[in-house]
Amino acid sequence: MSVSNRRERGGVPSLSLREPFEQPSSIGAWLHSRRAAWAFMSPAVLLITLFFFIPVIVLLVLSLSDLKSANFGTFQWWLPTNWSLDNYSKIIGDRFISKFLGNTLFYVLTTLAIFNFGSALLIALITTHINRRAGFFFRLLWLLPRLTPSVVYILMWRRIAARAPHGILNQFLTLAGLGGGDNLLQTMPWVFVIIVNGLIGASFGLVIFTSAIEAIPRDYLTASKVDGASTLQTIRHVIVPMIRWPILFVLTFQTLSLLTSFEQILLLTGGGPGLFRTEVWALRAYHLALSTESGNTQWGYGAAWAVILVIIGVAAATIYMRVFKFDELVEEPKIDLI
Amino acid sequence: MTVRQRLWRGVPYLILVLSVLPIIVGYFWLVLSSFMTRTEGLLPVGNLTLKHWSFLLEPPFGRGYPSIWRVTLNTFLIAAFMTIVVVLVSALTGYALSRLNFPGRKGFLSLTLILHAFPSVTLLIGTFFVLRALNLYNTSLGVGLVMVGFEMPFGIWLMKGFFDGVSWDMERAALIDGASRLQVWWQVILPTIKPGIAALAIFAFISGWNAWLIPKTFTIGAGQQATLSVYLQNFQGETVAVDWGSVTAVGLFQLIPVAIFFIFTQDLLLNIYSGGAKGGA
Repeated sequence: MSVSNRRERGGVPSLSLREPFEQPSSIGAWLHSRRAAWAFMSPAVLLITLFFFIPVIVLLVLSLSDLKSANFGTFQWWLPTNWSLDNYSKIIGDRFISKFLGNTLFYVLTTLAIFNFGSALLIALITTHINRRAGFFFRLLWLLPRLTPSVVYILMWRRIAARAPHGILNQFLTLAGLGGGDNLLQTMPWVFVIIVNGLIGASFGLVIFTSAIEAIPRDYLTASKVDGASTLQTIRHVIVPMIRWPILFVLTFQTLSLLTSFEQILLLTGGGPGLFRTEVWALRAYHLALSTESGNTQWGYGAAWAVILVIIGVAAATIYMRVFKFDELVEEPKIDLI
Repeated sequence: MTVRQRLWRGVPYLILVLSVLPIIVGYFWLVLSSFMTRTEGLLPVGNLTLKHWSFLLEPPFGRGYPSIWRVTLNTFLIAAFMTIVVVLVSALTGYALSRLNFPGRKGFLSLTLILHAFPSVTLLIGTFFVLRALNLYNTSLGVGLVMVGFEMPFGIWLMKGFFDGVSWDMERAALIDGASRLQVWWQVILPTIKPGIAALAIFAFISGWNAWLIPKTFTIGAGQQATLSVYLQNFQGETVAVDWGSVTAVGLFQLIPVAIFFIFTQDLLLNIYSGGAKGGA
């Protein structure tokens, strides 16, 4: 079957393995086509092996061992005889386990509800209902927190929250006669952790919701208006039902992303103030295994904390792939056999 | 239109303005603080001054710190390395996944999609040991490679999408004329997806330039291999009384390339970050 044949059939040049096609005539040609594929694929295969597969295996093995700075260099953590599930029972018995779990759930759910989903949808709805240029301009400003280097972004927030007379917020609070001028990161750390992360995270949903809303045929909105629906009714009964897939996508994607994110918390509060006030699960793993400040690094124990997130991550990512029909994206290539 | 209606029309704008207020205030303070002797809240204290920008001429935070130019060069090299490798490898792989049929193709594509959704930041502990084994711990090359690896699934996915959108007529003609796959890829297809390459390149460059967590985790302190983010952060922690003026000046300095992209590639940015963003909550 020739390439031109395929074109005649549909107009759209889509070829799939399911169609019958001629096998390449010689073994030499077959090898040749495979060689081309591997030439193209090998750099990515190497990188993914080095930075995904091997780290996952190392992490799993580490989590079974008791490698820490005290026995680093002498302890043979890779030998199965040194493996046990002690780290996992240690997590369950951790004095602060409920604190870390509670913090993580609170952080993920609140940030997701208010910002990554709530604000994203609200701002997407507003910016698609006002003047186009103004809408574009405000969406662009919403990208700024994500585009700003995290160190610089957190620097701004530290200053906003700083104690009087340096703090920006305290300056206004003092003028209004409110508040004692304390560092707000000490008095209300969660408020800042949530806002700081939320303003970054919301831009993801904002961009996706915006394109989904703009893709709704104008006729639907006009029809709804002609029928006398108010703006709020149109949003509730026409727009939201039509973008339910993007909504589900953003909700699931951002849940996973929040669950494993800790860079901004590490920079802003370092998990404090006090003992673990804003320490979330992912930050706990990082502190145990990779933070050099404590001097007592526990790679094995920290790895066990991380493994739990990895398991959730793999499970969630696999489920999205099925739910969002990623399989359909995995269609056969257009041409191969020439 | 009544006054009441006019007020109602203003409400959406009021919400929008309030919502972007923190970041605007933050930027305003950053600029103000770097050019004033001192600031209290949003009020300048003292005079206009350029002394906070003296770091351009001499190491800002005292002896023992590398010069800003050394650090800027490190950051630029890491970001440029990341841009080139991510674009090149993603374009190779994306092409193969889009155009070639080979055993394992379907599996690899599903794997890419799963890894794209998977939070790579959870693998930092394992990566630490990989870098040590490769003797790349505390090197810029190691930092660059880790960031390339973590960015790969997104890059491949994006590039495959662009290749899928290219008509294959030209390619077929070139192949029939006896061109090799590699020649077709380089001479025929890549030129047609320049916008896609630009988008991925900008995304990779900005994430490399801004990165803090990975350079901080895989290098030691603010030494000769520090990047701007690590340098700036180190600076805030170490001194007892933070020299806010110099810190903000260095921060603004780091923002220069990002600001250029922000001003000149607005449409592209809004498009990339719909597909690309997954980190940072």
